[in-house]
Amino acid sequence: MIPTGFAYERPASLDEALAALARGGAGTKVIAGGQSLLPLLKLRVASAERLVDIGRLTELKGIRELPDGGLEIGALSTYAEVRAATRLAFAAEAIEGIGDVQVRNRGTVGGAIAHADPASDLPALALALDYSVVLRSPRGERVMPLDGFLLGAFETAIDPDELIIALRRGPLPDGAAGAYRKLRQPASGFSIVGVAAVVATSGGSIAHARVALTGVGEVAYRAKVVEAALVESDGSPAEIAAAAAHATDGIAVRGDIHADREYRTKMAVVYTRRAIEAALSRSG
Amino acid sequence: MTTEIFGARQKRREDPRFITGQGNFLDDIKLPGMTYAAVLRSPYAHARIKSIDTAAAAAIPGVVAVYTGQDFADVNPLPCAWAAGGVENHLNTPRILAIDTVRWTGDGVAMVVAETPELAADARDVILVDYEPLPVVIDAEKATQPGAPQLHENAPNNICMAWTCGEAEPTAAAIDAAEAVVRQRIINQRLIPNPIETRGSIGRYDPGTDEYTIWMTSQAPHVHRLLIAAFILGVPESKIRCISPDVGGGFGAKIFVYSDMVLTALASKRLNGRPVKFVETRLENYVATTHGRDHITDIEVAGNRDGTITALRVKTFANLGGYVSTIAPGIPTTLYGRMLKGPYTINNVFCEVVGTYTNTAMVDAYRGAGRPEATYVLERAVDMFADEIGMDPAEVRRKNFIPKDAFPYDPGLLTGHSGLKLMYDSGNYEPALDRALAMAGYADLAAAKAEARARGKYLGAGISSYIEICGVAPSKWIGLLGEGWGAGLWESANIRVHLTGKVVVTSGSQNHGQGHETTTAQIVASELGIPYDDVLVEHSDTSGTPFGYGSYGSRSAAVGGIAAVKAAGKIVEKARKLVAHMLEASPADIEFEDGKLFVRGSPDKVKTIQEVALAASVGYDLPEGMEPFLDETAYYDPPNCTYPFGTHVAIVEVDEETGTVDLVKYVGVDDVGKKINPMVVDGQLHGGIVQGVGQALWEGAVYGEDGQLLSGTMLDYALPRASKLPHFELEETVTPSPVNVLGVKGAGEAGTVGSAAAVVNAVVDALSPLGIRHIDMPLSARNVWRAMQDKEARA
Repeated sequence: MIPTGFAYERPASLDEALAALARGGAGTKVIAGGQSLLPLLKLRVASAERLVDIGRLTELKGIRELPDGGLEIGALSTYAEVRAATRLAFAAEAIEGIGDVQVRNRGTVGGAIAHADPASDLPALALALDYSVVLRSPRGERVMPLDGFLLGAFETAIDPDELIIALRRGPLPDGAAGAYRKLRQPASGFSIVGVAAVVATSGGSIAHARVALTGVGEVAYRAKVVEAALVESDGSPAEIAAAAAHATDGIAVRGDIHADREYRTKMAVVYTRRAIEAALSRSG
Repeated sequence: MTTEIFGARQKRREDPRFITGQGNFLDDIKLPGMTYAAVLRSPYAHARIKSIDTAAAAAIPGVVAVYTGQDFADVNPLPCAWAAGGVENHLNTPRILAIDTVRWTGDGVAMVVAETPELAADARDVILVDYEPLPVVIDAEKATQPGAPQLHENAPNNICMAWTCGEAEPTAAAIDAAEAVVRQRIINQRLIPNPIETRGSIGRYDPGTDEYTIWMTSQAPHVHRLLIAAFILGVPESKIRCISPDVGGGFGAKIFVYSDMVLTALASKRLNGRPVKFVETRLENYVATTHGRDHITDIEVAGNRDGTITALRVKTFANLGGYVSTIAPGIPTTLYGRMLKGPYTINNVFCEVVGTYTNTAMVDAYRGAGRPEATYVLERAVDMFADEIGMDPAEVRRKNFIPKDAFPYDPGLLTGHSGLKLMYDSGNYEPALDRALAMAGYADLAAAKAEARARGKYLGAGISSYIEICGVAPSKWIGLLGEGWGAGLWESANIRVHLTGKVVVTSGSQNHGQGHETTTAQIVASELGIPYDDVLVEHSDTSGTPFGYGSYGSRSAAVGGIAAVKAAGKIVEKARKLVAHMLEASPADIEFEDGKLFVRGSPDKVKTIQEVALAASVGYDLPEGMEPFLDETAYYDPPNCTYPFGTHVAIVEVDEETGTVDLVKYVGVDDVGKKINPMVVDGQLHGGIVQGVGQALWEGAVYGEDGQLLSGTMLDYALPRASKLPHFELEETVTPSPVNVLGVKGAGEAGTVGSAAAVVNAVVDALSPLGIRHIDMPLSARNVWRAMQDKEARA
């Protein structure tokens, strides 16, 4: 369990880090909490010629409420810090199901998004809450919705000279409530199916619905057919079940030794239904 | 004679050093001039090696040597020490590095020795091997079928051995005559042992004395020395010293001889005495250390509608892997087939076992070693039979239990090729069943099931009534002319009572987590009537301990512990003679009690064992002909094994939509005979139960058809987690073993033997409303859901 050799740099500021990345080139990898990259390096599944360690950049830490009621989470915030700061009970529950205590104390949300593991929980949670990714490079800053940023397994729209500096979202609709339901892979604890649902009701019908799944396809995704079917419905069990049936529409569902494609597809529907039901039961 | 230290819940003296990180495990050992080895392993499950280019590896500065199989072409392959008894075995054992063919992914191909572990790993990765892939077979039954790839020239159809026990014709006749017969194929899936410490070795050759020292993660250092000396290196035992330091678990996988033990020793010799350390990574542990189980079994169970089971016939394909490991053929034969009657009076049992080679890692003893497989077959068979005749499975068990007044009981099956008739020593099975059912709330099951159905769950209860064979011996029964074991299976102990009255016990057994340093001291303190803290137990170094066969088969208490009792008895006998001399009495009149020797009827004329030790040590005034010092060694070969038993009950809930299984309650009533230390027994039972539950619900080594290990890391091999387990409610009955003076039976494997069947029976009971009669392990959500779907599709 020894990685191949690599050069190591620890820039002292965000600007230095961006400069180091810009100098970079093939073989450069960014390391923050190291909870995904280090095991891959030690297993020699991945290798790096050069690691740029941004783990101590205080500029990327901190969780701030925005004037509009939104939230900005510094990319280096750990799972545990987000867990402690969030006012959303379902987000806290979801984060408690990620990894173990050590992973949650070291792993960062920016790292989780950048890594884009097909089965990690955080991307589904962030998609359901309409987060965007704040990216910085020497060329400037851009903000990109997470929906669209995640391209595939371990693949995002980030440019080689860019760093994720924060996750940002706007205010949630009035009365919004959420739920996270997860079928754990028994060995890794990652999701065979993980479903985040956020709903808000208005005048007896569903006014807002976000449903995001992880573990099912190439990468976490929003189940937009499900969302569309929910909006303006009355949220009856039959309506929810009918909507949830579309959980994997358009998705190439994965199969592995823990869950073949058929089982995973069926469970995506079951857990989507359960997440929506739970979210709805909590919404005002 | 015992005092209260025997049977006390004494905290383990080993634990402070382990808990505080002060243990001395193999990788903690630092020697001057140490070098580090890395082994290149085959990425193919079956391939011919066309060429190996080590030039790039050898050119890396800091690389000391690179070896391939050709460099050790004159070294014997590893030995097999237990061929199946009474039948022809087509044995094929691995070389320390493969020469022309690799037969499983993980087979060693080359070894780098370097100044640092990092350099060794880097150099390993630039060795170029040109392979010609060959066809692969991974399934133990398919390996025997026409057209299967052939692994070894001397093993047609990949069959290592075909072994039977029991009576074929009466069993067939009983099945034909029975009122009810159930037939079912069941899979006992392959498991990876997963001790917390991976394996390794350090070899150091002394050019001055021509002696090797090998530190090794070993459950049996004396056996390792014997096998390496006599069968691999061809040097006298006196030229090899094996040291097993603190060992972090083994579960059987550290009994065996592995290539690295020999490679590090031979490399050190070639490097003029520089020590060579090899420590496997967890990845290597998964592909290259032995696995367990992997049986495909067809069951036929037959009986009458009154619940009497009259016959059991099983045919098992046992997967041995690419070669046979050290004792592999003995596990699915003697330790499996001969246990298939369990606690029941089944009159006719016939068992046929075909051990086969496949392109997978070698399979050998893993906690329970044959008995969990036998119990699983039998306890599933009992439940399926109960279902067939519509009788409560608890009542079927009660109906067929061996009655308590029938002990010692001759099950017939245990009488092996030696002709020595082994009998179940003692037992009383019904109280354990009754108590376990009461603890589990078995009488109120219907209400619990109905309540669970209202929540979308299926609730079920599963019973497993097991017996175990522990204290595995006697040498005459198991040895070469009997069951085929290549040596004896006695144990030894030496006791020295020093001048100060402090005692050092050395044992040929080995401690890799069981607490022998504590429990052996409890035995000796009790026998000699001295303070527990005055007894030091030393073990696991072939220099300074008497020969012993090591720790496995739950035998260290029932065999090794009795050797310690016998050695203590010899100490007392010598003390008696010396005290008679000191007190001018006849030895026949000297009584021994609680550490004191006194003249019968005159308790004031007394010497303590410590006073005797002083007198014996200084030697100023000894009886004519008596040697100084109290130093006695005893060897103990028991007349029989011991047979613990018990009943476990699991309660599970199955989610009707997802197939997810929750183990909500687990109770057990175990009878392991007398307990030296109930706390240690609890620990053994808890760990054992967890391993059986792990097999039932989560664990499974999965090979792809190409022979790649798909469950190759802990990210895909699901070990049990404390958070997924309920509190275990354990009680006991105590039926002492008449085999030995302590009445102990053994506890190291009982939990594993009993638990897997209890959990599977519970899930099948839960899903019985759907008409489900069997699901193969692991009962993962997907596998359970699949079984539910299949039933619904058919309905």
